[in-house]
Amino acid sequence: MRPDRTFIPLGRPLEGSRAVAETVARCRPQVVPAYPISPQTHIVEGISSLIRSGELEHCEFVTVESEFGAMSLCIGASATGSRTYTATSSQGLLFMAEALYNAAGLGLPIVMTVANRALGAPINIWNDQSDSLSQRDSGWIQLYARDNQAACDLHPIAFRLAEELSVPVMVCMDGFILTHAVERLDVPEPGVVDEYLPPYAPCQVLDPDAPLSIGAMVGPEAFTEVRYLAHHRMEAAIQRFPELAGRYAKLVGRRAEDLARGYRLEGARTVFVAMGSVVGTLEDAIDEAREQGLSVGAVELTCFRPFPAARLRDLLADAEHIVVLERALSTGLGGILTAELAAARAGEGRQRTTVVAGLGGRPVTRKALRTLIADAMARRLPPLSFLDLDHTLLRRAHTKENGR
Amino acid sequence: MSAPPKVKFYQVGSFAVGNRLLPSSARSNQSDPDRANSVVSGHRACQGCGELLGARYVLDTALRASEGKLIAVNATGCLEVTTTPFPESAWRVPWLHSLFGNAPAVASGVAAALKAQGRTDIRVLGQAGDGGTVDIGLGALSGMFERGDDVFFVCYDNQAYMNTGVQRSGATPGAARTATTPVAPGHPGNEFGHGKDVPAIAMAHRIPYVATATVADLRDLEAKVEKAMSLRGPRYLHVLVPCPLGWGTAPSRTIELARLATESGLFPLIEAEDGELTAVTPIRRWVPVEEYLRPQTRYAHLFGEPGHPEILARIQEIADRNIRVYGLEARP
Amino acid sequence: MYQIRVHGRGGQGVVTAAELIAWAAIYDGHYALAFPSFGSERTGAPVEAYCRIADTPIRSREPVDAPDAVLVLDATLLHRPGTFKGLKAGGLALVNSAASVAVPEAPQLLAVPATRIALARTGRALPNVPMLGAFAAASGAVSLEAVHTAVELRFAGPLARVNRDGADDAYGYMTEAESETEAVEFDVPAAFAAEREARHAA
Repeated sequence: MRPDRTFIPLGRPLEGSRAVAETVARCRPQVVPAYPISPQTHIVEGISSLIRSGELEHCEFVTVESEFGAMSLCIGASATGSRTYTATSSQGLLFMAEALYNAAGLGLPIVMTVANRALGAPINIWNDQSDSLSQRDSGWIQLYARDNQAACDLHPIAFRLAEELSVPVMVCMDGFILTHAVERLDVPEPGVVDEYLPPYAPCQVLDPDAPLSIGAMVGPEAFTEVRYLAHHRMEAAIQRFPELAGRYAKLVGRRAEDLARGYRLEGARTVFVAMGSVVGTLEDAIDEAREQGLSVGAVELTCFRPFPAARLRDLLADAEHIVVLERALSTGLGGILTAELAAARAGEGRQRTTVVAGLGGRPVTRKALRTLIADAMARRLPPLSFLDLDHTLLRRAHTKENGR
Repeated sequence: MSAPPKVKFYQVGSFAVGNRLLPSSARSNQSDPDRANSVVSGHRACQGCGELLGARYVLDTALRASEGKLIAVNATGCLEVTTTPFPESAWRVPWLHSLFGNAPAVASGVAAALKAQGRTDIRVLGQAGDGGTVDIGLGALSGMFERGDDVFFVCYDNQAYMNTGVQRSGATPGAARTATTPVAPGHPGNEFGHGKDVPAIAMAHRIPYVATATVADLRDLEAKVEKAMSLRGPRYLHVLVPCPLGWGTAPSRTIELARLATESGLFPLIEAEDGELTAVTPIRRWVPVEEYLRPQTRYAHLFGEPGHPEILARIQEIADRNIRVYGLEARP
Repeated sequence: MYQIRVHGRGGQGVVTAAELIAWAAIYDGHYALAFPSFGSERTGAPVEAYCRIADTPIRSREPVDAPDAVLVLDATLLHRPGTFKGLKAGGLALVNSAASVAVPEAPQLLAVPATRIALARTGRALPNVPMLGAFAAASGAVSLEAVHTAVELRFAGPLARVNRDGADDAYGYMTEAESETEAVEFDVPAAFAAEREARHAA
């Protein structure tokens, strides 16, 4: 029996980046600073062409001198009461790291797309999630799109969430794999998103008629309280994200995004945990395994920050063996998602295995997942392993080092 | 918001800011008791701080020129730290502080938002010290210039990273002692031949208006601010602001030191439009550089026995060159 | 699911070829997904692009390693190992070539003079659109009508017309040739069929 899948009656062939650009345009941003970096560039190019064609009005597109400039412009624009958006990847995200913390600390509801790409050195333009995960403590809400339709849908939801909570939101989508894929995607008609997303009404704004100072220096006597409040404001997203996502889904006639979702968990003793586009290939592999009688399932995480601990504990309650498919590596520790699940006590007492997969754009294939599932069921997996590790390359490197 | 505190003048006399013999239209904005007073008292700046003085001069005039419709963006530094110790603020204008290196970019963002909202009657002013302008903020500044953003950017130059304890910046003059260019045998302070001429860099961007000023010549500074505010697009004002602490000067001599800087030729007062020099202020009463340097402890190692007469000569050469290149000789 | 792998060199429109197949398949009412192999593309370097066509949402994001069809836009890539790797037994193999060629890995290899057609119609040596027409004819995975729609929406004005003619020429070339490949039949869900009717009626 095939599980129920989202049926997309509407849609036209669109590149992922283009669909995101069109959806963002429906959200009526007023200021979009843009700095190019692969593989995000098609998104901002899309916005630029929508402005020039007149489809996106009253929007200032600013080609800035760096990503640090881009986020800085977002900060100025957002503080002045304009809905603001930008996009970046990898090195660009790190170049604006200081500004990320600044934006979150100032409570500015900026929305940014991160087209996930590996961090150098070595320089690598292909997909993994090390960039956004490196900024998980910055105070930004982080949402990870499972596919391009989710990437589109998450943006109006992100603006709603950001403006309601005064917390900036990062929508993460796998670079190249999603951004450069052409498929059938639905972008709502103009006006539809307006029903969902009213004009931005800031709670504090730079206004000569009511002057205030934003960005004061806060000493030891109050800094902790500022952080405490920010933490709780972000945690409110655990409630609000599903509600706002549900409302959007009704509007566009699609299945609602959720903090996390289970896939074929019924009777599954071995459960994979994953984020982003690898989820699609994983579901195919799970279907195949199920057809062979293996009781395996998956938990797919969309909202990474705030980390929905209770939800994950719930979804992993019956798992005996949890295999976390990581798209990044915390050098010197291992898995990032694994560590977060442990901190959340999700799957506490159960066996937790980390598999680092697809770093620097190495494809995660169904073939490799097939073997992985078999190894997982047979309890052959070590606590930490790397998918498709090339031992010939490793031997060569080892020989070279020993020869010195 | 409550009524602004009434401005009090503590000094009267022929050198007071308001000359009773002039019609009010010719008097300085500072002499007007009804001026905006955009930075009120109670801030934590040092006695005799040139930067706070310069900021009030600039903001008050900018507010008058914009009829009170102005948003200020401030970089990290003395000006920001001394004026906004939470929960207090000295600013009476809408004011935003983001980071150290991004004031020009944040100001560009404010301008972009106002343009998108159709509220370009509200003007944008960005301000930073020399560190935030010349070094860490230069990329953002150049970007703002190059894009033609409608921002008036003001650099308050006290020639070092003062807020962090007087470290050398790209604006520190040769031979000056700082915490990172200390004086030792064979090392008489900061190196010569380094440093950036930001007004010249601004001119190279061919922006609508570039000017230099100091806190010594109030009317000149106010006129330049007014001129800048009468234009649109990127405008840049570089203001010399002595720092008693960092320069090692008496707090009461801040304005005097600024005047000596221009009268020696070391800090030329110029204006430029679209990349071309349009006006200079001739030196009224020329002084040798020594008269300007001697009162400053940061140059103390140049004097005494044996001192560094060769360095003094070199600084004099710089001053002489400025006078020649900019044509600063008093007109007959 | 029907999977295509396109091989060529940078500058020949390999990525666009895969995208246009996806567009055509979508206009035929199917689900489709096209994506490139993401190499550092530079003119002349070998590139690959993939396309999947199905009647249910396509979830897999891995490269195509078991294609039902391999399209080769540059004949100099024919003998490169990997060009026909994984091609299903009896799968379609199509190469851009004016002369017929034989390759041991793909005895069923068909040739179409795509560059010649492109030069004649558009004046540019871009073989991708004629290859699309040939693919439609040889595989039946997309209809010629959908190819027309894709080309008309992708290219503007006169460029759309000459490209469509190029696709038609290649399509005609294949159907006149002795090819015995059968059109692939899809189980079109009712909703799709209804949508297609509505679009054709418009």
